[in-house]
Amino acid sequence: MTQRITVIDYGMGNLRSVAKAVEHVAAGNDEVLVTDDPELILASDRVVFPGQGAARDCMAAISDHHLNRAVLDAAQSKPFLGICMGQQVLLEFSEENNGTELMGLIEGRVRRFPGGTAPDGEALKIPHMGWNQVHQGYDHPLWAGIGQDSRFYFVHSYYVDPEQQALVAATTDYGVRFASAIADRNLFAVQFHPEKSADAGLQLLRNFISWNPT
Amino acid sequence: MLAKRIIPCLDVDAGRVVKGVKFVDIRDAGDPVEVARRYNEEGADEITFLDITASSDDRETIVHVVEQVASEVFIPLTVGGGIRCADDIRRMLNAGADKVAINTAAVFNPEFVKEVTERFGSQCIVVAIDAKQVSGEGEPLKWEIFTHGGRKPTGLDAIEWAQRMSDYGAGEILLTSMDRDGTKIGFDNALTRAIVDSVPIPVIASGGVGNLQHLVDGVKQGGADAVLAASIFHFAEYSVGEAKRYMRDQSIEVRL
Repeated sequence: MTQRITVIDYGMGNLRSVAKAVEHVAAGNDEVLVTDDPELILASDRVVFPGQGAARDCMAAISDHHLNRAVLDAAQSKPFLGICMGQQVLLEFSEENNGTELMGLIEGRVRRFPGGTAPDGEALKIPHMGWNQVHQGYDHPLWAGIGQDSRFYFVHSYYVDPEQQALVAATTDYGVRFASAIADRNLFAVQFHPEKSADAGLQLLRNFISWNPT
Repeated sequence: MLAKRIIPCLDVDAGRVVKGVKFVDIRDAGDPVEVARRYNEEGADEITFLDITASSDDRETIVHVVEQVASEVFIPLTVGGGIRCADDIRRMLNAGADKVAINTAAVFNPEFVKEVTERFGSQCIVVAIDAKQVSGEGEPLKWEIFTHGGRKPTGLDAIEWAQRMSDYGAGEILLTSMDRDGTKIGFDNALTRAIVDSVPIPVIASGGVGNLQHLVDGVKQGGADAVLAASIFHFAEYSVGEAKRYMRDQSIEVRL
């Protein structure tokens, strides 16, 4: 069955990389659309919400593109994948830019890494950049075919801290143990970049485009 | 735990990989897409393209190379060489690059780095530093920034420069020892260590790799977050996978 997968374009970050990776795993008759049109977003079957950059800029861009309602609607009504800032902005408040109000779909805050030194003496540099392990908290359709503790590519200085621990679908250690993936019904949101995480990342995207949350 | 990264580097001239030899199972070792695909299959953590195209007519070719590679290789891609203005960066990112490496343009106009990290985000701005030791024997170690492939001194102290670039928002430092580049005798680990200890951002060691132990030394002695090498991978002396297994066997955390 043909389906339309929309990658939300609000001018923040590497959405072309995201679109290319989704195209790579999509079926031949799937349509992958990159758009900022709220109507098209709401009319699509699945939505990918990427994002890079600072929290305040992201929120401003979402507002400038009149995407607030479309993003919130999609995140509550259809298979929805948030990536990096597309995960963070779903929470209520970020410590970034001296405090930034976010979209508030998920209770909790976005916190800055503490930095410092790991127990083994290794410096915990900020940004957290590179391949780190993702520990799956439970079986979820998006983890299908992905080994426990597989490495994904991260680049970020802040992490999400949701109030409801039940939403944590995976954790990663970097000075703190943080929620590298959260899941709630039709929503899945990851801090890492599946579009840059080689086979494991492509598998997650493949799982997403065939995911039918009930 | 965060893995140390191994980054193969491809020198690209007018859209073709230079200095290559034939891999057994690659039809065209000059095709950046084929070589990048191969490195990806071997487990490269990122790939860096260094555009060494001299003629400005052929500069556009690197954009097409990045576009093609980004459609089939899904790991971080960095492009360096000839990045002079914000528009160059925008074109590379739009083509599918994740990061750009800025070298000479930063030396000529340090504020450029501040401007583009604010505009595009620190995560995609790598400052490439070419450093040469200028202290004599018995003197405290000192390195200076050079441009034009190590021919032109700038008077800039390497440590101070790295700190300034980090303060200006650079997301990462790509550090090349011009004394070691092409020598195959190993990284200048004292230089790497000096920079790593002076900046809070990740440092990629480059220049001088001739064998796998050099990669280990770059991490253990130099303290590098990532190691970059061109010829040992490109001449198929070692595969990226072999390099990673060698590092793992010496208790370095890698992605395998």
